[in-house]
Amino acid sequence: MNDKVELPHDKERGEKTGEGANAEDREGAAVQTRPVSSANPDPSKKPVETAGDAVSKIDGPLRGKTEKEVLRQAIIRSRRSFLVAGAAALGGFTGWRWLNSRRLDDDILWPLRSTLQVNEQLARDYFKTTRVAPTFPPSTAKEPRINGTEGMDTDFDPASWRLRVLGLSEYGGSGTQNMFEDPGTGENGITLGLEDIKQLPRVEMVTELNCIEGWSQVVQWAGTRLSDFAAKYGPVTMSGAPPDVEKNPEDLVRYVSLETPDNGYYVGLDMPSALHPQTLLCYEMNGRPLSPAHGAPLRLVIPVKYGIKNIKRIGTIRFTDQRPADYWAERGYDWYAGH
Amino acid sequence: MKFPWSAGVPPAAFESVGSGMKKIEEKHPLAIRWFHWINFPVLTLMIWSGLLIYWANDIYRIGFGSWTLFHFLPDSFYSALNLSHRLAEGMAWHFFLMWFFAINGFLYVIYTVLSGEWRYLVPNRRSFLEAIQVVLHDLHLSKFHPPRRKFNGAQQIAYTTIILMGGGSLVTGLAIYKPVQFAWLTSLLGGYPAARLEHFLLTLGYVAFFLVHIAQVIKAGWNNFRAMIAGFELITLEDFPDE
Repeated sequence: MNDKVELPHDKERGEKTGEGANAEDREGAAVQTRPVSSANPDPSKKPVETAGDAVSKIDGPLRGKTEKEVLRQAIIRSRRSFLVAGAAALGGFTGWRWLNSRRLDDDILWPLRSTLQVNEQLARDYFKTTRVAPTFPPSTAKEPRINGTEGMDTDFDPASWRLRVLGLSEYGGSGTQNMFEDPGTGENGITLGLEDIKQLPRVEMVTELNCIEGWSQVVQWAGTRLSDFAAKYGPVTMSGAPPDVEKNPEDLVRYVSLETPDNGYYVGLDMPSALHPQTLLCYEMNGRPLSPAHGAPLRLVIPVKYGIKNIKRIGTIRFTDQRPADYWAERGYDWYAGH
Repeated sequence: MKFPWSAGVPPAAFESVGSGMKKIEEKHPLAIRWFHWINFPVLTLMIWSGLLIYWANDIYRIGFGSWTLFHFLPDSFYSALNLSHRLAEGMAWHFFLMWFFAINGFLYVIYTVLSGEWRYLVPNRRSFLEAIQVVLHDLHLSKFHPPRRKFNGAQQIAYTTIILMGGGSLVTGLAIYKPVQFAWLTSLLGGYPAARLEHFLLTLGYVAFFLVHIAQVIKAGWNNFRAMIAGFELITLEDFPDE
């Protein structure tokens, strides 16, 4: 039995696993220089029993080892490993308890909220935000289920509906429109009718609506691009220069807020997603005018986001540089909610 | 020393020391033990948060037409584990823990490749026949005794499959997490609803793996279990005719 051939490997293993590598090195080297015949270990060399040297002891000449000694070494190694395992389990449990006792940030633990924001930043930095969602044959389109009644007051009168638009640049096409002053902020805006929206280029698309609950439905939509809308009415810019949605979108304020007329539901969008070519101000679904339950007279369709961002019955569109409040983000969901 | 059944494998894996009737035999490297035990709670919490998400649209069942044998999942299950009305929380946890699951899994694969451990884990031509023999043996249908090797054929298949399943969970998860950015992937998997179902089926696979794994660990006994904590097995030399 020539155990010495194993020694270099034992040494390597010890280093790899960090188990008493130093002690082992010394012991291993000593053994290698020792002639085969001197099988009996020098009693004076008997290793001191410390946590790190369990392996080193059994690396020595083996013929003198008794079964009892092997068992003792096994116990020492087991004990140490189970102590480490226990400490690790305790550490993991403490970490879990710590995470779960953090303050809430918009209804979820702040470390989770921060992670959602990191995930958002990675998506915005490394994904192509203009990538288009897949489109489907119109024959596959069906009615999506009616989901969510937030902001859908029953006493709404579609006949008197006007879209309010805020956050427009003074250079935009706003001068000729119906001006109003927002009673809340004193800000000047314009109001538009559905005919104004319909004057903009009409776009039809068949895309999948992905609800955050997990269901999805292919739907045919018709409406006008929010980017065409922005190009016509001109969001306010960071530099104060005239807005150029097509050539210089980076200069626009960074967000869009959309709210129902009663402000019972509201979503916030990052500007790149708002200006995505498939983001529509939509007035038709599956070839028919929008039904009240699906958001008549005007809703948002944004296939690069979960259904929660596809706000029905838009009352107000606001271009802003403040990250807008978002109904479901305030209730624990991801603000970005991007696909 | 080398055991006959360890011929042709890297020497680091089967060194063993000691003499007399008992000896210590190295089994699981420290890194693999850490990967294993980190993965256990992380995967458990991934399944837990996944159930919080699944609850919001729990459409899967075993049945035919209007006849349902089993619905995933019964209301009693949700209420027993308090899984209802927690979608937002589930998503936040899922998209937090996914990093730990993915990174730990990647490190494990890289480690097994670089260390040579993959040689014991990846099935070979003989593994499949051997796996059948092992299953028959475990069911007491055959007297064939599984080979005394670090991992038998059934284990090789199981431990390699579970890693492929982990990769499958990442891929199907990505397809439903970012179905626009990875539209090609979502479509390759058969579309969004199909990818979601595949993601769910893989989870059922983990549960099945877990049940068999636990049963086998209990059956194999303390020495085997301790190896996953302490790294070594204590073997009796009489087991080996070459000694």
